Formats: sequence, C-alpha cells, structure tokens
Amino acid sequence: MNNTLRFLFFALIVRPILLIAVGIHARGRGFLPEVGPAVIVANHNSHLDTLTILSLFPLRMLPRLRPVAAADYFLRSKAMAWFAFRIVGIIPLARSGRDHGEHPLAGCTKALDRGDILILFPEGSRGEPEQLSEFKNGVAHLVKLRTQMPVHPLFINGLGKVLPKDAKFLVPFNCDVVIGERLMWPGSIAAFMAEMQTRMSELAAQVHVAPWE
Amino acid sequence: MTSIAAMLHDFFAVPVHVVIGAVYALLILASCISFSLRKLAPGEAHTELSRRVKSWWWMITVFTVAILTNPVVSTIFLGFISYLALKEYLSLVPTRRVDRGILLFAYLAIPVQFWLAHRGSFGLYIVFVPVWMFLFMPAALTLAGHTQGFLRAVGILSWGLMITVFCLSHTAMLLSFGTKLGYGAGPLMFLVVLTELNDVAQFVSGKLFGNRKIVPSVSPKKTWGGFIGGVVTTTAVAAMLGPYLTPAPMLVSAMAGAIIAGAGFLGDVTISACKRDLGVKDASDLIPGHGGILDRVDSLIYSAPIYYHLLHYFYGIWPSNIV
Repeated sequence: MNNTLRFLFFALIVRPILLIAVGIHARGRGFLPEVGPAVIVANHNSHLDTLTILSLFPLRMLPRLRPVAAADYFLRSKAMAWFAFRIVGIIPLARSGRDHGEHPLAGCTKALDRGDILILFPEGSRGEPEQLSEFKNGVAHLVKLRTQMPVHPLFINGLGKVLPKDAKFLVPFNCDVVIGERLMWPGSIAAFMAEMQTRMSELAAQVHVAPWE
Repeated sequence: MTSIAAMLHDFFAVPVHVVIGAVYALLILASCISFSLRKLAPGEAHTELSRRVKSWWWMITVFTVAILTNPVVSTIFLGFISYLALKEYLSLVPTRRVDRGILLFAYLAIPVQFWLAHRGSFGLYIVFVPVWMFLFMPAALTLAGHTQGFLRAVGILSWGLMITVFCLSHTAMLLSFGTKLGYGAGPLMFLVVLTELNDVAQFVSGKLFGNRKIVPSVSPKKTWGGFIGGVVTTTAVAAMLGPYLTPAPMLVSAMAGAIIAGAGFLGDVTISACKRDLGVKDASDLIPGHGGILDRVDSLIYSAPIYYHLLHYFYGIWPSNIV
C-alpha cells in the first residue's frame, strides 16, 4: 500500500514536474550506485534536491533510497512527518546531537547495514540559494563507521532558483545534475572532507552557472 | 490492395503530405550516407553526424505528428517549443532573485500569445509582447523596489521574450493565416522545411567549399561558401515548393526562399553571439548532436517573423473584424 503510494507519487507527480516544469540534465549517470550500501553526498538548495536525486534511479529502487533529513524540521507536524517517512522515506537525524541516549547516526548505520543507499546533504540546511556553503563533517563521521562503503559526490545546479527556501511557487529553469566517480575512505576525517570539497568543486566546474544575485 | 492504393492516393493528394513524404525520403538518404561514412571511416566526426541524423528523425516525426493532428494540437506543440526556448534562455542568462515572480509572469505570456495566434487576432497578437509585456514587465520590476541592475534585467528579459515568444509564435500565426487562406499548414511547412534545409545546406556546402569566414569572432564555422550554398539551395527549393504550399507564385516564392535563407543566417549568428557572451557553446544538451532548443530554432527565430510579415503584406486578406 505504502510502496504503491510512493511509486505513484514519483511516477505521476514528481517525474512529470521535473521533466516539464524543470528539465533535469544529468551527467555521469553511470557513476550512480546500483546496489547499497552506499552514500550519495550532494549540495543542498531546495526541497526539490531530494526528489530529483530519487528520480535519477529506476522506480523499483525507491525502497532502497533513504534521504537523511533534519528531524526537527520534518517532524514538526503529523502530516509532514507522514509525508517525510512514508512517501519520501527519510531517516530522521537529530541536528542537536544525542537523542534518547542512542548514537545520533544509529539510524543511518542500521539502514546501511540493510543495504540501503543514503542521500546526505552535508551543508546542513538549504541555506542561501545557489551558494555552496561549507560541508559539515557529520558525513565523515558516518563514513568512518563503515569504511568499506563507497561515497558518490553529486552536484546540483539550478534547483535553488526553481524552488528556493521559503518560496511560494515554482519557476521553471533548466537544472544540471553532475555525478562524480565514487570515493573511498582516505583514512581520516580531515582528508575525507578535503577530498569531498575538491570533488564538489570539480563537478561544479562542469556546468554553466548563470549568475543569480 | 486497391483500397490501400486509393488511401495512398488520397493521402498524397494533399500538398503538405507530399512534402512530408519528400522530407522522409531525404532523411532516409541522410541515414544511408551517414551509415556508409561511418562504415568507411569510423571516427568522432561521423559518430556526431549519425547522432545528428538520428535526432532529425525524432524532431521531424514529432513535428509531423503535431502538424498533421489538428490546429489546436499544432499550436500547443509550437507553444511548448516556445516554452522550452524561453526556459533555456532564462536558465543561461544572469537573473535577479527579486525578479523570480516576474519570470513566472514572463512564462505566462506564452499561452496568451499562442492563443491570440490561434485565433488569428492579428491586432492584439502583434502588440501583446512589444506593447503590453514590454511596458508592464519593467513596471512590475520597478514595484519590486530593487533598482540595482534594473536596466540590465529589463533588457535581458525583453530580448528573451522577443526571440523565444514573439518571434517563435509567428509559426503559430502562420498556421492560422495559412488556414484562413485555404492553404492549411502549407505556409508553416514551407517556412520550417526551408529554414531547416537552409541550415543543412549551409553546413554541407560550408564543409565542401567554405574557406572565407564571414564573422570569425562570432561563429568561426560560418563561411561565404556555406552561406551562398545555402541561399542557392533554399531559393531553388522554395521556387518549387512555394506555388504548391502557399499562395505565392514561383518568382515570389524564390524571393521568399532567398529571404528565409538570409534571415536564417542572421538568426543563427545572432544566437551564436548571445551564447558567446554567456560563455557557452550550446544552449543545453537536450537534442543529441544539435545542442539545445535554442541551437535548433536559432534560424527560425529570424525567418519566422520575416517570412510571415512578407506573406501577410502581399497576401493578407484579413477580415475587418480583427480584434
């Protein structure tokens, strides 16, 4: 029942909107993971980021894809929580640290051990539209717990113009998604973060970014 | 057996259908050439050619279906092309965050403009973008209260609407005009076939005879050899097709062909100049081997309004009750 709703939501609503009102041009689709456990690390400008990444995969993989999202934001109302859990399939993350004494990344590691593909936005929030803010190192702490797992960098351009934070309506723009080669745990948190920032800048350099003041 | 022959006979009794048949014959020829070239000399250049030809199959098929269905579907299809072109343009140019709402407003000009074209309401159609949109968009921008970069925003947005909505909507206007004159999709077919043929002829004869460049700083591939080859081919084909598809006799049609070729060239280099200024090679990668929508319709942006107004001036028998 639930998977059917999810399937229908993506097949009939999300994909047609992304196709007609947005227009996603994806490069490097071949670098997307085909099986879990894996982590996709992306920049974050819009609610559409998550839906777009989920739409890059075949529909049958939907149950395996788990965006990691801020618990305080997405669980503030019942309806929002239902949508976030049941339709988008998020793993909630407490931004304020430990919750009920459980390790804050426990939900993530459990999903990874089940073979899921996690989607992470290390910028924390959607922030200033179309500007890459510094990555928080929580992602490195997670990868450190599962060092054999591949990490796939993914850069998105334009969705912050289509639907920025607090926007009331959607404005059509073409958007780019660039997926990079996977990277493996380099041995330390600092090295991982440095490597990730370099990879993201390289991916960003592949697209034409129109100024948006 | 006889019924199939009769059906074919009926189908090809319509001039537009014959031209579509001829276009497909050309496509098959192009595919054969591309295939042999790839077999004889495999390489990136010929793979690119084969991608281009493959995309032509798609584009021509979609266009054919849209044009043959009925005028409403054709107009919606042409409006959708205009939407894709505007979206591509707005995604490439610098825009201001405060203008987000106005950009949405700009998109809404498309259904209005194409509806006016479909109705054939020439008076309102011809002023809707240059009077109503061009005056009220800057006023709406002003109300946002953000004067920094105002002139630039107005210029960029107006030019975008001009080329992607106003100019391209002349294809739909040509369809309703042709219908009123009793030629159906004939004039539209004439314009599109000749504009695209001119692009191909320019490209091919540029490869064969091109050495002297016309505007190397804008478009290094445009040569006098290519340009002349395009004009000659387009004029000759126009002289043949014109009396068949449009109200214009042979001599006028030949002239229209030459004008379409010249306009197409201007459209091509003008859009190239925009892309150069923005620092991109192709407007997007929507159509494999061709680039984006703007790369494909660049010639049409100039040839559509110029050909339409030529035809309108000489053959416009508009009823006096036009809005």
